[in-house]
Amino acid sequence: MAATHTDKAFEQDLRNLREKLLAMGAKVETLIAQSTRALTERDSALAEQVVGADREVNRLEVDIDDLCRRILALRQPAASDLRLITTALKIVTDLERIGDLAVNIAERAMDLNQVPPLAPYVDTPKLAELAQQQVKKALDAFVSGDAAKAEDVLKGDDLLDALFLKIFNELLAYMMEDSRNIRRATALMFIAKHLERIGDHALNVAEMVIYMVRGKDVRHPRSRDLE
Amino acid sequence: MPLSSATPRNKMEARELTLRYGSKVAIKQVSLAIPEHKVTALIGPSGCGKSTFLRSLNRMNDLIPGANHDGSVFLDGRSIHDRSLDVVDLRRRVGMVFQKSNPFPKSIFENVAYGLRVGGLKDKAKLAARVEKSLRGAALWDEVKDRLEESALGLSGGQQQRLCIARALAIEPEVLLMDEPASALDPIATAKIEELIHELKATYTIAIVTHNMQQAARVSDRTAFFYMGELVECGPTEQIFTNPHEKRTEDYVTGKFG
Repeated sequence: MAATHTDKAFEQDLRNLREKLLAMGAKVETLIAQSTRALTERDSALAEQVVGADREVNRLEVDIDDLCRRILALRQPAASDLRLITTALKIVTDLERIGDLAVNIAERAMDLNQVPPLAPYVDTPKLAELAQQQVKKALDAFVSGDAAKAEDVLKGDDLLDALFLKIFNELLAYMMEDSRNIRRATALMFIAKHLERIGDHALNVAEMVIYMVRGKDVRHPRSRDLE
Repeated sequence: MPLSSATPRNKMEARELTLRYGSKVAIKQVSLAIPEHKVTALIGPSGCGKSTFLRSLNRMNDLIPGANHDGSVFLDGRSIHDRSLDVVDLRRRVGMVFQKSNPFPKSIFENVAYGLRVGGLKDKAKLAARVEKSLRGAALWDEVKDRLEESALGLSGGQQQRLCIARALAIEPEVLLMDEPASALDPIATAKIEELIHELKATYTIAIVTHNMQQAARVSDRTAFFYMGELVECGPTEQIFTNPHEKRTEDYVTGKFG
């Protein structure tokens, strides 16, 4: 960004906002990785840690909302500044939900760690890795104002959906094979579903980033065609 | 007023207008349309040429020694520089309200009646009716109807400015040019002027120069951004303030100049 605001305090506010969002993004990325590791390494202490860390994510959400409201009230931002603030207000909700989903995964992991594993965890960590990458890429796109990178995130969602479907079918097979598998398979299905949802939230972030950069809303193309 | 026209016609239009004060170029090659029954805001930093452009719409710049121009300005499709056009008639059709309210040291009534009297209207009943209509049009009637004979100088700043608007309305212009009409007013008086602008556009075509970008955002349908004598960008106000196309516009509306 070449030009800076004449008003240095405003410039500082915007920098704070970006930094806080980045911190929140980094935090939820870590939570996704940790919650999955809590499952694959059967580390319930790590799962506890994830559950506790969610408080920090929630605090960041409130902080960022406050900061956005303050900037709106005091600075009346326009153009790209306005798009940055409205984008921040929306993606903060997605990031907070990602944090919640990581907590849900950690809670399921704690349950699963009490019983022998159903099978070696192969695809679930892969799905987690994909979801985490999507979140990271969406946030990188936000920070660098890179709409092309955000478009990559939109394209990447199909991979997650395909892998989720694969896991779903596999777990279904386990359940049909032996009803004693149902409890564990259901828990694993929830985890896979949570990871797939995390990917959807990353998608929302990416869509907002495209709006922020280009000033063009790319969400819901089909429903707009109906108008 | 045509009811069905989707795109409003252009009440005024400048084509490649260049204006110099002596050899100093104040605006260069500006082409800008002022659509009918819309509010067009002209924004930009000091010295960008927005006021010069506004004043060229009713040839107020003619009064400045050394001012000369190239290009043309049209009112209803006819050049305002046409030899056969009477400049006094032009200024009757294209009225102006200035930054500093400048009431005459006369009564409230006489301030509004002045232009009508100069125009030869003598009938007392007609005069009174036009004065009332103008004061109502300027949203001032209720505040002054019981003291029309008092001096206009006793009015508050905001009332004086609305009086000047009433004075401009009295001669029934078609276009109203406003040069920073609220910059010397408090927020409540400003809100009244802005509300008035909303009402006036049904009857008139308005062009307004303002330093206050939020004001431009609030009152106008279209916004034109001037910088260093050039028209950088003109578009729907919402687009200029949410998604300007030009980098210089972006920098200006986000406060990145200077």
